[in-house]
Amino acid sequence: MTTVVEPPSPAPSGAASGAIELRGIGKRFPGVIANHDIDITIRTGTIHALVGENGAGKSTLMKILYGVQKPDDGTITVNGSEVSFATPADAIDRGIGMVFQHFMLADNLTVLENVALGAEKLHGIGDAARAEILTISKRYGFELDPDELVETLGVGERQRVEILKVLYRGAKIIILDEPTAVLVPQEVDALFANLRELKAQGHTLIFISHKLDEVLAVADDITVMRRGTTVTSVKPADVTARKLAELMVGSELPSPSTEESTVTDTVLLSVSDIELHDSLGRTELADISFDIHAGEVLGIAGVEGNGQTELVETLIGMRHPIAGTVRLGDQDISQWSTRERRESGIGYIPEDRQRHGLLLDSPLWENRILGHQTRRPSVKGGWLDVGGARQDSERIVEEYDVRTPGIDTTARALSGGNQQKFIVGREMSGDPVLLIASHPTRGVDVGAQAQIWGHIKQARKNGLAVLLISADLDELIGLSDTIRVLLRGRLVGEFDPQTVTPQELGSAMTGAGDDQ
Amino acid sequence: MSLVKRVGLALAAPVLAFVVAGIVASLVLSITGDDVGGFWDVMFTWPAHRNIVSILNTTALLYLSGVAAAIGFRMNLFNIGVEGQYKIAGFAAAAFAGEAWLPGKLNTVAAIIVAMVVGALWAGIAGVLRVTRGVSEVISTIMLNAIAGSVITYIIFKIGVNNGNATNTKAMPEGTRVGTINLFKDSPTELYGLSLLAVVVGVGFWVLLNRTRFGFDLRAAGASESAAIASGVNVKKMIVIAMLLSGAVAGLVGLPTMFSDSFAYGSSFQTGLGFTGIAVALLGRNNPIGIAFGALIFAFLSEQATLLNILAGISPDIVSVTQGVIVLAVVIAYEVVRRYRVRLEQSEVAAQLADQSRATPQTEGVAS
Repeated sequence: MTTVVEPPSPAPSGAASGAIELRGIGKRFPGVIANHDIDITIRTGTIHALVGENGAGKSTLMKILYGVQKPDDGTITVNGSEVSFATPADAIDRGIGMVFQHFMLADNLTVLENVALGAEKLHGIGDAARAEILTISKRYGFELDPDELVETLGVGERQRVEILKVLYRGAKIIILDEPTAVLVPQEVDALFANLRELKAQGHTLIFISHKLDEVLAVADDITVMRRGTTVTSVKPADVTARKLAELMVGSELPSPSTEESTVTDTVLLSVSDIELHDSLGRTELADISFDIHAGEVLGIAGVEGNGQTELVETLIGMRHPIAGTVRLGDQDISQWSTRERRESGIGYIPEDRQRHGLLLDSPLWENRILGHQTRRPSVKGGWLDVGGARQDSERIVEEYDVRTPGIDTTARALSGGNQQKFIVGREMSGDPVLLIASHPTRGVDVGAQAQIWGHIKQARKNGLAVLLISADLDELIGLSDTIRVLLRGRLVGEFDPQTVTPQELGSAMTGAGDDQ
Repeated sequence: MSLVKRVGLALAAPVLAFVVAGIVASLVLSITGDDVGGFWDVMFTWPAHRNIVSILNTTALLYLSGVAAAIGFRMNLFNIGVEGQYKIAGFAAAAFAGEAWLPGKLNTVAAIIVAMVVGALWAGIAGVLRVTRGVSEVISTIMLNAIAGSVITYIIFKIGVNNGNATNTKAMPEGTRVGTINLFKDSPTELYGLSLLAVVVGVGFWVLLNRTRFGFDLRAAGASESAAIASGVNVKKMIVIAMLLSGAVAGLVGLPTMFSDSFAYGSSFQTGLGFTGIAVALLGRNNPIGIAFGALIFAFLSEQATLLNILAGISPDIVSVTQGVIVLAVVIAYEVVRRYRVRLEQSEVAAQLADQSRATPQTEGVAS
């Protein structure tokens, strides 16, 4: 599947005074390309939004900009001079500060103590520091009391303490990593008011998010990232949420699916009226009903965080819904444990392969056993069959083109694509009847991606039922027989991949269709 | 990675730790004005036959205690309670054996089972509290250690026999006692028969860990709880089972001495083995063979310590300092070596694959 990358459009007009210019930034980890060919110009005194799905490379890029990681290629220019950061301290010296998504505050210290911690040399830890904090707080409308304990503060106030920490250290350029993820709507409005005030006083803000409405509301420029690189830069006035969603997930024409339909009449998985609540009783999934037939790939589209993870974990038995039934073939498996479900032939390619799919420090052949602890060829009764596991691992390495020196290599040493190929091979073993594939090609290079797609198509031909969850529209349209859209925990639309347009999907994914 | 490299890396950390501990001990001795040369002379003296036997007896006890701790560590359970578990289990076994309800060796076997069951149940309390109420096993096992001591004192007062100035459990009958093995003709001390339990437990631990489904689940849960859950492991159940097993093995710690030497539970019952076992497990990286070396080294150091005062006029407590430094240093050294190993393996894999792809060029990952 070859697609054309739109060349990154030049920075928006009037960008002569770039506070930050990133040119040709690339970063590789062993076997994985996290960033490549990144070009961004961030103008002084603006709010610049960086949008993209999880795994698009935003975090790596920001770590490079904040000096946590060094780029392999490219140049960073700050206020006209080229820089090279070895540590975050170098970035702070250049006036760059970062506010992390997860707050780094000591609850049992006061606002003053938290802010001065590590920056005692600037204004001491006494009245001078207190005066400075009050000045900053007043100037930007933060309304923070330096002597209040952080544990008594709400989430919005804590975030302002984090921003204040950065300003206190003299930052003129502030990176905010998903700052709204933890906030309720009123707090988001307050944050945006603070950001606009900062901008008015000459600060430059980089705002990372995948909430498109917010980005459109607050940003002056928007740069879209996908698969490790910058796709394009746009002005909020020129785009809609729908258009942004398409840019994020890829709207290029998919390769036409020339294969014949292999969908049979046999219903393999039948899910009806699933409702799932979180520990606080909030609804995470509601009214989820669908069938998957043998030989059918059901694709689930949706913007990240709309219930995809919860749906998968419910089907695999890691989460327990308060209502609804799941039937596999002619059996009601609603009450079954994860192990019973896997034994009955459900293969699982998890969203986060390193956390849920592998034992990173164990050799590949031991990873062959994971998730198949009760089944041949790796296990006989209560005993491991080391020979069988090793032999079958060799088979997977061979058939699925896992590039590794051998099966005694630890999973950690392999690249992401090869780890994923091994997982796919493992989950296809033992004749599964249903495969739950969550973002099966995320963070995987193009070669491995095509191979994984080929394996899924082949298995479908052999009568496997597949639930495919993906953020990549190319993948969904290319592989699925039916596409459903998940929005705020509910299934909102059903599309035929042969005829659907990215626009239609984008509008269903953002709920724009409902509003208009 | 070549075999030589693997073995070299495995040995690097403990060797490094011993060197550091040796330097620290020498420094402490020279600061306090003690005879550093004398210290090393004593430590490197080949032990006499009677000392070798004594070292082996202690090794067996420490090995059992180390394995008990390691079973928990393997799934990230910090069972600090081996101390309390082996005390209360030893007490229960002694009380049971002393009653002589069963004849001869049948009584011995039953007493061993009693020890394992009591140890398991005592540890199981912490396991159940952890999975039902979320109580940290570190806190609960420390508490249970204290409670175990009080419970024993209370019951021994009720059922024990007073022999002069101490209260013991009733001595077990002759037929229930376990003989000793004479390793050297000229040695007055002999190897306790039940020390061989350590070998049985060691082999069992290795087989359980590396060859059974249960062992795989246990290791998976310890290595990555999230991956274990996704693979179908019931982690709560595993926590309880691991604590029960850990406690059952802990229950054996006090038995070799009791069945071959003291024949009752009383003030002579050796304490502190549970805590040393934690150090031994750390030193041996929770590995059945590693723990054996750790136990042997700690037993050797303790035995030599008794000679220090006599031969060199140095307080034997310097050996406790050395043991402590070894454990601290080894924890750091293992982490350093682990990181080095990961980097080494990644670069080796990358290099090997680069060689392969030169033969068959592959498309470089240009994102679509």
